[in-house]
Amino acid sequence: MTEISLNILDITENSVKAGATLTQIEITETQETLTVKIIDNGCGMDGETLNRVTDPFYTTRTTRSVGLGIPLFKLAAEQTGGSFTIESAVDDGKTESHGTTVTAVFYKNHIDCTPLGDVTATVTTLIQGHPETDFLFTHQKGEACVCLDTRELREVLGAEVSLSEYEVIKWIEEFLNEQYLSL
Amino acid sequence: MKTLEELKAIKDKMKDKVVLREGTSQKRVVVGMATCGIAAGARPVLNAFVEGVQAAGLAQDVSVTQTGCIGICQFEPVVEVFEAGKEKVTYVKMTEEKVKRVIDEHLKNGKVVAEYTIAEYKA
Repeated sequence: MTEISLNILDITENSVKAGATLTQIEITETQETLTVKIIDNGCGMDGETLNRVTDPFYTTRTTRSVGLGIPLFKLAAEQTGGSFTIESAVDDGKTESHGTTVTAVFYKNHIDCTPLGDVTATVTTLIQGHPETDFLFTHQKGEACVCLDTRELREVLGAEVSLSEYEVIKWIEEFLNEQYLSL
Repeated sequence: MKTLEELKAIKDKMKDKVVLREGTSQKRVVVGMATCGIAAGARPVLNAFVEGVQAAGLAQDVSVTQTGCIGICQFEPVVEVFEAGKEKVTYVKMTEEKVKRVIDEHLKNGKVVAEYTIAEYKA
């Protein structure tokens, strides 16, 4: 992947497919590191599945037997000297707290660190494709923070107007770009 | 500054239009957005369709949606165009430039851009 933001898009698609009603995307930057956390409340995975997801020859899809999304994200982080972890709690129908959390730490100054890229495009693409699910996006750098919560937007828009409407997507794009000016 | 009040104004403006549009999309553009598609450049292709369809005034007739892996990863970014009563058209190795022609010729004027389809693709 040429941008970390593309990895974020790819991994978050997994959360949506896992039936998450809310997916949090948290980017936190320090002088040296960039941490990406993707937290969903989807169906989760059992221990056996979890152990296999970083294996490129494991996938749930049926079109072919290779699954590169998570291995590529792990590689992108680890090649900077960073780390990758994935935790999951399977939905057993009893507990409220199920879902998957993926954490990747990147060392920004490492020569092999992929640029973060166009995060705004990733967020708008996710909302355009999945207007019925909620996303909470935050990007924190020191004191400054970019934040978008689709639940707030949904409250304003009501049931009649979809988050995927062109005008709404444009508003979100500009809303994020404006905040990025001060990050 | 973008405000929630502005979003509320968009809502009020859109409300009536949306009711009109529901279920009237004649054509459906589907962009493959699995790992293979994203790595090959599907995100800008999708956004070019979203922007281009709007700019061409086709928003009433064309819906732009996303899907997972279509199974021909080596041809990504792959875009499928569905139209009632017609055979599906599969465009391969799509770029933002190619999107412009697909919108102008295919979506607007109904003429498939044959040279971009999988049938005509030459490596």
